[in-house]
Amino acid sequence: MRFFILLLFPALLCAGEIPPAERKSGYEFMGRETRAMQDDQLTGPAVLWLLDGEALWKKLDCAGCHGDARASMKGVAARYPAVVQGKLVNLEQQVRHKAPQLSYESRDLLALTAYVAHQSRGMPIAVEVNEGSKVYLESGKAFFHSRQGQLNLACAQCHDDNWGKKLAGTPIPQAHPTGYPIYRLEWQTVGSLARRFRNCLTGMRAELLPHGAPELVSLELYLMHRARGMKLESPAVRP
Amino acid sequence: MARVVVNVPAEAKRGEVIEIRTLAGHPMETGFRRTQLGELIPRDIIRTLACTYNGVEVFRAELHPAVAANPLVTFTTVATESGTLEFRWTGDNGFSATQSASIKVV
Repeated sequence: MRFFILLLFPALLCAGEIPPAERKSGYEFMGRETRAMQDDQLTGPAVLWLLDGEALWKKLDCAGCHGDARASMKGVAARYPAVVQGKLVNLEQQVRHKAPQLSYESRDLLALTAYVAHQSRGMPIAVEVNEGSKVYLESGKAFFHSRQGQLNLACAQCHDDNWGKKLAGTPIPQAHPTGYPIYRLEWQTVGSLARRFRNCLTGMRAELLPHGAPELVSLELYLMHRARGMKLESPAVRP
Repeated sequence: MARVVVNVPAEAKRGEVIEIRTLAGHPMETGFRRTQLGELIPRDIIRTLACTYNGVEVFRAELHPAVAANPLVTFTTVATESGTLEFRWTGDNGFSATQSASIKVV
C-alpha cells in the first residue's frame, strides 16, 4: 500500500497552476513565419477584420455613447469577462448588448470584437475578482479541472501538466487566452475563444456546449484570471 | 464589397527597389471540399492579381486553389518616377477589386 502511495505522489505534485515565471503565451510556441504574420500590423490577415470593425463602430453608432474607440475602449478587453447587471458576460456578449442582431461567430460580431480588443493590445490582463465574480471563477476553475467526455480528460491534464509536449505533432500550449479573437490558420478566418473551446471539447469527445453557454464564459474568466498580468495580443494569429 | 489592403512606401529614391505588400480578403474556396451531405462546394478563388505603375504593368500573378484564404502577395519593383500604382484582383463568380496607392520619387 505504501508503495502505491509513493507511486502516486509525483503525479499529484505535477498538477497545479503554472507558476508566473513559467507562463508563456501561445505566441512563443509558434514558428517564425506565423509570428511574422501576427507582428505585421499593416498587412496581417486580421487587419481585414479590424477595418470592418472600425466601419461597424461608425455604422452602428457605437460612437454615439462611447465616442472614439481608440480612447474609450482602451483596456476594456483586459477586464472581461466581467459581471454586468448580476450576470457574467464576456467581451462578445458585452459588444452585442445594443446590437443583438449580431449573432455569435458572425463576421460582424468578430470584426467589432476584434476592433474593441485591439485597443487593449499590449496591456496586461486584469480581470476583476470580487464578491460577484468569485462564484463564476470557482465554477470555471472546477470546469478546467474536471474530467469529462468519452476520453475522460480534464483541460488541466494537457494545459497545466503537459504543456510544451507534442499532441499530434503540434506543441501543447498553456491555454492563456491572450489574443482573442484570433486569426487561426486552421480556420482560415477569425474566431472567438468559445469556438476554440468547442474545438477542444470536440477533441475530448465531450458535450459540445453552445456559444454563450454560462460554463464557457466562466471558463473564460478562470483562464483570463490564470493569465493575469500577461499582455494582450488581440487580434493574434495562431496555427 | 471586397476588402483589400496595399502597403506601398510613400516616398522612395529614384532607382530604389521598393517592397509592395498586398492583402485581399477572400475565402479562396478550393472546389475540392464537400459539405457534410457530400455535395461539392464550388470553386471560388481569386485568379489574377495585376499591378500597374503609371499605366505600365510591373507585376502579374496567377493564383490557384492551393493558395490560402486572404492571400498576402508581396513583390518588389524599382521606383522610377512619382505616380500611382493601381492594383486589380479578379476571380471566380465575377470577383473584382481595385485599389491604388501613390508614391513620391525624389
